[in-house]
Amino acid sequence: MTTSPQTPLLQVRNLCKHFPIMSKGFARRPIGAVKAVDDVNFDLMRGETLGLVGESGSGKTTCARTILRALSPTSGQALFHVDGQTVDLAQISEKDLKPLRQKMQMVFQDPFSSLNPRMTVGDIVGEPLLIHKLARGKELQDRVDEMLLKVGLRPEHRQRYPHAFSGGQRQRIGIARALIMKPALVVADEAVSALDVSVQAQVINLLADLQDEFNLTYLFVAHDLSVVRHICDRVAVMYAGKIVELADSEELFENPRHPYSQALLSAVPSIDPDIKMNFDIGGEVADAGKLPPGCPFHPRCPHRFEPCDKVVPWLEVVEASNTSAACHLYIPPEKIEAAALAQGSK
Amino acid sequence: MTNDTVLHIEDLKTYFYTEQGEIPAVDGVTVSLERGKVLALVGESGCGKSVTSYSILRLIRPPGKIVGGKILFTPKDGAAPIDIAALNEKSDQLYSVRGGHISMIFQEPMTALSPVHTINNQISEAILLHQDVTPRQAREMAIEMLRKVGIPGAERRIDQYPHEMSGGMRQRVVIAMALVCNPEILIADEPTTALDVTIQGQILKLIKDLVAERGTSVVFITHDLGVVAQIADDVAVMYLGRVVEKSDVRGVLKTPLHPYTMSLLQSLPGLGHRGQRLPAIRGSVPSLTDIPPGCPFHPRCPHAVRGRCDVGDRPALRTFSNGGQAACVRVEEIHPHVHEVGHSNDPRVAPVAA
Ligand SMILES: Nc1ncnc2c1ncn2[C@@H]1O[C@H](COP(=O)(O)OP(=O)(O)OP(=O)(O)O)[C@@H](O)[C@H]1O
Ligand SMILES: Nc1ncnc2c1ncn2[C@@H]1O[C@H](COP(=O)(O)OP(=O)(O)OP(=O)(O)O)[C@@H](O)[C@H]1O
Ligand code: SF4
Ligand SMILES: [Mg+2]
Ligand SMILES: [Mg+2]
Repeated sequence: MTTSPQTPLLQVRNLCKHFPIMSKGFARRPIGAVKAVDDVNFDLMRGETLGLVGESGSGKTTCARTILRALSPTSGQALFHVDGQTVDLAQISEKDLKPLRQKMQMVFQDPFSSLNPRMTVGDIVGEPLLIHKLARGKELQDRVDEMLLKVGLRPEHRQRYPHAFSGGQRQRIGIARALIMKPALVVADEAVSALDVSVQAQVINLLADLQDEFNLTYLFVAHDLSVVRHICDRVAVMYAGKIVELADSEELFENPRHPYSQALLSAVPSIDPDIKMNFDIGGEVADAGKLPPGCPFHPRCPHRFEPCDKVVPWLEVVEASNTSAACHLYIPPEKIEAAALAQGSK
Repeated sequence: MTNDTVLHIEDLKTYFYTEQGEIPAVDGVTVSLERGKVLALVGESGCGKSVTSYSILRLIRPPGKIVGGKILFTPKDGAAPIDIAALNEKSDQLYSVRGGHISMIFQEPMTALSPVHTINNQISEAILLHQDVTPRQAREMAIEMLRKVGIPGAERRIDQYPHEMSGGMRQRVVIAMALVCNPEILIADEPTTALDVTIQGQILKLIKDLVAERGTSVVFITHDLGVVAQIADDVAVMYLGRVVEKSDVRGVLKTPLHPYTMSLLQSLPGLGHRGQRLPAIRGSVPSLTDIPPGCPFHPRCPHAVRGRCDVGDRPALRTFSNGGQAACVRVEEIHPHVHEVGHSNDPRVAPVAA
């Protein structure tokens, strides 16, 4: 999609969201923490589409929701540059946040629980316009109809309730609701995952058109790697609460650096029934509530070597590339040594 | 249907009666599931896949109703086939079908999970209802199952509530719930769409193992054709409430006969498309209250010809020399190498009873 002048719309710095693990029994008290999002950093450029992929449970949804302040962060910043101002979404008060909400919209992962079952589809899709007093009456109705058509639904669906729709149709209701505001930032959490390939193509084309027309910026959380490859300019790969690789989309798919990214890409099922895949990448799925020391991927990593179970790797630019990876394979040994001393002395 | 058909659905019709009129969500679906096989059900969003699977378990609620057809289930123990569609709503037989013989993984996990109970309560309840074990044992079994579906820290997770889990973990809890009862038939409605590919792989392997070890039969609904390629033996492609193509997995993915299936395969976002527009099928799915005459796909079909495709009844499923079945009047013109066959010895492609 379009890449306009490289100015950031959003800068995420050291973002953390930890959930307490409570003891059992009556007096529940914290006995540990699930580090759902742990020290996440990235820039989101105006007009770009950044993909967020990674293991289920690695913190993608939590990261997205924390940025939009649907969850309050444990620490860190989310600097949002809009209308010539910079606001830290992580710090801003509820009151100041309110007018900003129309500039950032989220398409939720679970369309079933995110759509109000007692509202008709017309009301659900039109509500943001009504709340922000941007349209009413006939104009509101026209804009709702137009949006429904764009996502492949029909104007006569306006009077129906969410339960009367298929899973994929409900997902498109959520998309229509988010896009009707033409917000500066759209966070789409698994927005096209329940759609069959043809409707998916239609919705993806729509996202691209709106982006061209209104210079929208997308943070696109998805599992379907072929979709990510198709629409994302850059991709961040998450594992156990951290970004482990950040790369241009083509580069990631042609030349994944982090061993987890490599495992992920090799598990995409082939559509040729005669190519039988080996599905198991082996080892236990990471548990954000109980991470191993050192690199969180080391128990499953085929390339692990000496520092991997001792020193936590950090995102470092891979030599002669645009890619950053959090893996000791790409960090100069002297830096690992220095870090070993620093991390060990803590 | 053959000797070892575990589920045979014949001319199933499930309609919804709404203010906008009658909605024929499933309108004459005929399809068979062989014992120990995986049948994939694919097709455009809204074509009736979930309604078909809800019908199998008789979970259709008003204003919906099964208005015609049979759902014949032949249990393993050699008992006579049961027509699930004809069972009384409150009969013991229906209860035992739902609870033990056939389990379902729902498309949206929160439809199957209670937000106010812990995972342990929910899985253990399913176990205690159908198996003679103590609550302690049920808990152990539940933990073991959670491990199998790839939930890390299962002993801790089991006491959590659904909202404390990620979307994909909830999905795996629902999968675990469906599998603990050791069903004869598993109906899995988009079970892996919420999962990343490595965990998806783990689940696919688990289902394959179940099929191999316990002879479980599976109806697998998905729109991911890669998943279809890797797990299915047979495939039925649906369009607007009916099956328009049926064959073994190779037939459907490598030599599709129906123009709709051909278009589906072309709209896959593949290599080399980046930044370009995806070839979506032109037009949009027609409204179920206004189904086009003739072949319902004709307004969007690149092969449609006036006077043949847009008139009369819906084309019937016909069987062709390559073993596939398709409901298109122009199959032999589009694919000159195949011809219609009256009858085939391959049980999978035996012509459907009218
Ligand atoms: N309660 C209802 N009232 C009216 N129409 C309904 C109802 N439930 C489902 N439908 C309609 O029935 C059709 C089939 O729905 P179904 O859920 O089976 O689709 P699906 O093939 O599973 O699609 P998806 O891939 O999006 O999940 C849809 O057009 C839907 O709008
Ligand atoms: N409200 C909560 N309370 C406790 N833990 C939570 C809560 N919400 C999320 N978590 C935990 O945070 C971790 C990250 O969850 P998140 O939903 O962000 O994952 P995800 O990457 O979106 O996964 P998926 O691909 O499965 O949707 C998980 O371990 C999850 O259990
Ligand atoms: S840091 Fe070590 S264990 Fe971690 S991914 Fe790299 S090589 Fe593997
Ligand atoms: Mg998520
Ligand atoms: Mg469905």
